[in-house]
This record gives sequence, structure tokens and C-alpha cells, in this order.
Amino acid sequence: MRCDFSDSLLQEYFDGELGGRSAAEFERHLRHCARCATELVDLDLLRDRLHLAQLYQPATASLRWRINARFHPIVPKTPASKPLLWHWMAAAAALLIIAVVLAKLGPWLQVDDYQAELAGEIVDSHMHSLQPGSTMGVASNDERMVTSWFEAKLKLALPVRDFANEGFALKGGRLDVIEGRSVAVLAYERDGHPINVFMWRTREPETSARTGSRQGFQWVDWRKGKMEFCVVSDTKVADLERLHELIDSST
Amino acid sequence: MSELSVEDRERFEQLVLPHVDAAFNLARWLLRGRSDAEDVAQEALLRACRFFGGFNGGDARAWLLQIVRNTCYTWLEKNRPMELSMEFDEELHQQTSATPETLAIIADDHKRLTLALETLPPRFREVLVLRELEGCSYKEIAAITSIPIGTVMSSLSRARRQLYSALTNSSQGACS
Repeated sequence: MRCDFSDSLLQEYFDGELGGRSAAEFERHLRHCARCATELVDLDLLRDRLHLAQLYQPATASLRWRINARFHPIVPKTPASKPLLWHWMAAAAALLIIAVVLAKLGPWLQVDDYQAELAGEIVDSHMHSLQPGSTMGVASNDERMVTSWFEAKLKLALPVRDFANEGFALKGGRLDVIEGRSVAVLAYERDGHPINVFMWRTREPETSARTGSRQGFQWVDWRKGKMEFCVVSDTKVADLERLHELIDSST
Repeated sequence: MSELSVEDRERFEQLVLPHVDAAFNLARWLLRGRSDAEDVAQEALLRACRFFGGFNGGDARAWLLQIVRNTCYTWLEKNRPMELSMEFDEELHQQTSATPETLAIIADDHKRLTLALETLPPRFREVLVLRELEGCSYKEIAAITSIPIGTVMSSLSRARRQLYSALTNSSQGACS
């Protein structure tokens, strides 16, 4: 650079890092130095091009769920108080009571174990569907098209509804395998959160909705009319319960 | 993670986790690949969580990006040591940045800029990414990269010059 001002000063001015007085001094210099002025225009053009090209790369969905899975389940919603001696004693007493109750309720527990295992598999499948490259069997918001796709694949008439008016936009459907059997999966989206609804035939008695969470994902499960449904997402539980109501009233 | 108290875990979630995009963006540009960047960004977040006790308040993004950068360099040293030794080799950079074959393939500006940025030596690439994509101040860049502010300025200046000349070469090549 032939002028008296260093290249660093030009960079500083361009980046808005030059203080008031030095900036004014540099601006005076700019009026006479064609070289610095040209360079400033070039820097502006370069910056415009960088910004227009949208090079910023936000975190991928798969990194998000990996981090979600690592961090969310360990973060309690409400801050726990400091562990005091009587807390431990109360906990010990509670454990004793639980042990007695468990011994009496063995058969019931198996149901809950089964539920937890099932939810685990469903959450895994849901996470898998969030990874880049995972494909939809039928990508459409046309209820009839999705219904007939499932009919052809599973010989099963499913309650396929687009609840876009209620904020749950139908995205399509696919098949998955949970516990060794084929299940139908309807994909919805709410405020950018993907929601999967797993459906399969069952002979078990009807149940009301049960909710749970696993690895940062929420699920709601219920059985109605020889069908079992399980809704999974990282969105609010209230949203999933709303979707449950909508599906419930359409079946 | 289990070493953190409940309060620290909540603080970590509030202060650090919102900067996952920044962490991934820096890792992606330093490592020049999405899947490596995912692994390294995740590793960096786990490290950040482990060292969160040592975070004394202040700028959580700069603190996290410092860890991301160190994790990236450790990864590069282990997996692609050649890339780090090539830094500041401007002649080599100019040779690799614009061959007619690569230029013929590169049609749009996004691809052309991506290639130009990726062929910059890592030390230049990181200051440009932090300044232009992440919007960091000189002070923040100095904190993240552990290099003096004066060096931040001169690196930025040289990085911009190289990027500019790579782009000018490439557009001339594309026309001919």
C-alpha cells in the first residue's frame, strides 16, 4: 500500500472496529486516496457476495436430535432442592413401599415394561425418520392418495386425515417395522416439528391415552377400535394430546 | 454430564445449547464436511458440558466456539495433518484454487464461493467464517482463536485478499 495508512486500518474501518476519532481521520484520508477507496468498494462487494450466497450452515437435524437425546432427558423441568438427610430417609421409605407394591402388582408391571420397550422402539424409529436421506413411502397431503397407498401395502383401511386447519399438516405416510410387525406411519408437521403417528392392528382391549417421554421425545399411546396408535414428536405434550383428540374423534 | 449440578445443567442448557448452529457452522467450514462436522460438534458440546464448571460467565458463544475450534484442530491433527501444515502456503493455494476443469463444473456463485473458502488455509478460513458468517467482533475472534487482535486483523486482510483473487481468477477462467 502506497498511502500512509496501513492495510489493518482499512480493515478496521470496514469492519466498524475503528473508534470515532480515528474513523473520522480515516474518512478524511479516503477523500484523497483512490486506492483505499477502491479497495473499500471491493471489500463491500466481497461481503455482499458472501452474504448473498448464504454460506451459513446451521446444525443438521441429525446433530440436533443427537444432542437432544444426550442433553434433554437429564435436564429436569423444575430445579430440585438440595438433598437433605430427611429427603434420603423419605426416599428410602418410598423405595420400600414401591418394592412391596411391585411384588403385589407383578402382572401389571409387565404391561408397563412392555409399554416402555415399545415406546423405545417407536422413538428410535421416529429419530431414524429425522435423519437426512430417510424417505417417505408416499409424500402427499391428499388424504385419499395416502389412504389408498396404505390399502395397497397393508390391506388395511386407515383413518388418514389432514388436520392442516388445526395446525397439523399431513406430510405423507410410510411403512415401518416395530417389534417384528409392519406398522403404518403417518407423518405430520406442526410449527416445523415433525410428528409421526404409528398405527397397527391389535386384539388388546381399548385404553385411554398414556403419555411418556424418552430421549427428549414425547409420546402418547392409546387403543381404539382394534387399532393401537402412538404419536411421537419433540413438540409439546399438549400438541400431541390435541392430535390424539383429533384422531380419536375421526375414528 | 453427571458431574454437573442441577443448576449448572439448566444454565448449560440455557446459555450454551442455543449456539449449536454456530458450533456446527464453524466445524463444517474448518473440516469441510457435514458428517465430520456433526461428529466433532457433538464431541465439542460434550467437552463443553464437562468443562462447564470452568465457564466464568461472559460470552457463552465465544466460549463454546473456542472449544469447537480446539476440538476441530485436534481432529485435523489426528486425521488430516497435511491440511494444517499447508497453511500460509499462498502459492499452493493459488495453484489449487482455479483449474479450468474445476471451474467448468462450478456453475453458481454458492458453489464457487464454497470452493474458494474451502481452499483457503484453515487459519484464514476460520477468521473469515467467524467475521462474515458468524458476525464476531475482532475481540471475540481473538478470544475464540487465542491469537492477538493484531494478528486477527492481518489474517482477515490476507484472507479477504486471497478469497477475492481466487474469485476473480475463477470468474475469468469461467468466461474463457
